[in-house]
Amino acid sequence: MIIYMLCLVLFSIGLYCVLRKRNIIKIIIGIGIMEYAVNLFFILIGYVEGGRSPIYEHGQTMMKMVDPLAQVIVLTSIVLGLSVTLLLVSIAIKIYEKYGTFDITKINRLKG
Amino acid sequence: MPTLTYFIAMPLAAAFLTPLFAKRMKRAADAIACVSTLSLFALSCGIAVFVINHKTASYDVGNWVPPFGIELVVDAFSAFMLVVANMIGFFVALYSVGYIKTYTDKWKYYTLFMLMMAGVNGLLITSDIFNMFVFLEIASISAYALVAFGTEPRSLEASFKYAVMGAVASSFILLGIAFLYGFASTVNMNDLAQVIASKGQVKLLSFVSILFLMGFGLKAAAVPFHAWLPDAYSSSPATIPAVSSGVLIKTLGVYAIVRIFFNIFGATAAVSSVLIILAVLSMLVGAFLAFGQTNIRRLFGYSSISQVGYILLGFGIGTPLAIAGSLLHLFNHSVAKSSLFLNSGIAENAMHSNDLTRLSGILKKRPVSGYSMLAGAFSICGVPPFGGFWSKLMIILACVHAGRPGLASIAVFASILTLAYYIKALTPAIFGKENTEPMTQHEIKPNAAMNIAVIALTVIVILGGLALLPGPANNLLNNAAAIIVKGTSFANIGGLR
Repeated sequence: MIIYMLCLVLFSIGLYCVLRKRNIIKIIIGIGIMEYAVNLFFILIGYVEGGRSPIYEHGQTMMKMVDPLAQVIVLTSIVLGLSVTLLLVSIAIKIYEKYGTFDITKINRLKG
Repeated sequence: MPTLTYFIAMPLAAAFLTPLFAKRMKRAADAIACVSTLSLFALSCGIAVFVINHKTASYDVGNWVPPFGIELVVDAFSAFMLVVANMIGFFVALYSVGYIKTYTDKWKYYTLFMLMMAGVNGLLITSDIFNMFVFLEIASISAYALVAFGTEPRSLEASFKYAVMGAVASSFILLGIAFLYGFASTVNMNDLAQVIASKGQVKLLSFVSILFLMGFGLKAAAVPFHAWLPDAYSSSPATIPAVSSGVLIKTLGVYAIVRIFFNIFGATAAVSSVLIILAVLSMLVGAFLAFGQTNIRRLFGYSSISQVGYILLGFGIGTPLAIAGSLLHLFNHSVAKSSLFLNSGIAENAMHSNDLTRLSGILKKRPVSGYSMLAGAFSICGVPPFGGFWSKLMIILACVHAGRPGLASIAVFASILTLAYYIKALTPAIFGKENTEPMTQHEIKPNAAMNIAVIALTVIVILGGLALLPGPANNLLNNAAAIIVKGTSFANIGGLR
């Protein structure tokens, strides 16, 4: 049980990082932490103590297996997370070119 | 029915083919985008007719039997949303032919646009909650990139804000899906509904509901989660708010909320009251904030937030009349708001400003978009006989019927506020004297494609109320409302399978 809780603590650390940090690179890192926490959580859900990989071979008796669907989902979600991170970093580079700073309190031309 | 895969394959293929051909042939990007979105629109109408007669159309990808394989299902609700989304998609693509010329690299724009349509269509036809998340991410990531398309400082800032908020919302949704998968051991929606119905309401479901409400609420721009919307709308190409307000916040937000809370979890009293609170907040806060706006796009953005409140209110009330009214309002608002944003793009091109103090005399300078803007604004304010009047009337009547006169009066009050801020902002902009200040840049005239798209949308805005007369449109509306009303037993009456 404690391991699931630690996963959620990791998620909260990421959320804290997104909400409190002023540097946009640190915000992007925070989003990365959140994504990893969710991925880890998914893997833990699919994990079976002492389970083996779910590949069926002829003439083999079925034993305990880990859940492959959770791993497939995590693979997809890693790719999605990668593309979000890539986009965010490229926008951050462009922002640095135009504003000359990474501080979000100074990037404030939009109001209302 | 294997035709369903076309909804995902066609826009993806268009997004792939555009960069291949567009560098050699000048008009290839325009042609590919228009033809593919038109074919998607025609196909979605065909699917809608099929669904009216046969209740549901489904396809098992790779012949894997659900719940183990991925299943694509279209029922009346998703068919209704498909028609709305692809109609707006087609008109925006048609408008882009003329509009996007002012930007460089228009093939990149079309590639992102088609990817976004692929995400939206995929989200609507899938019956697998994780696939829903994947398509939601595809649509969202393309939208983040499209907001930054101008690469001006303002659009980069808006895009970064939108992307960070969207990424946090997506993490919440994925965490919710993780809990749900751990609880029910399945990701197929139909299976989920049955498992949850058999296990009963447990505390975990409330937690998952909160995660989903935060995640999808942000995509729907309901009030505590609305901060990204005005910024993103005011600093992107004019087609992006049109497609975002008409399609994205409706499918990624409202459709996903309704599908999950009504058809998978079953609408409990708690969820209804949360939806009503979100709705009332959105209606009032959106309307009040719209008063102070000097930027025409921000004004329309806050108006979108306020109208999403009406849609959520109808779903929160949950009677058949309220839900039919909400669906009709969703349609009317999509069409009217896209038309308003596209017209604001024409007006901005004419006067090189989107500031309401500098935009004046649209009617004299661009008569077509002036009248079209007027029709759109009338529909949103709820002036009879435009479409918006009938749907608002249905929602307000449903509130009274359900014994919630307080909510009905709040809805009427918000409607009066809407009329007030539209009159305050648009009267000088549309009827005022033409701006005679010398301009630093040449004005850009709309071409035929832009005018056709705007005129067609205006005709639909005016005729929106006709969906209440007996006919295929009314059948589709009622069938869609019936699926939502049935809740978790939708599976047994030919909803998803």
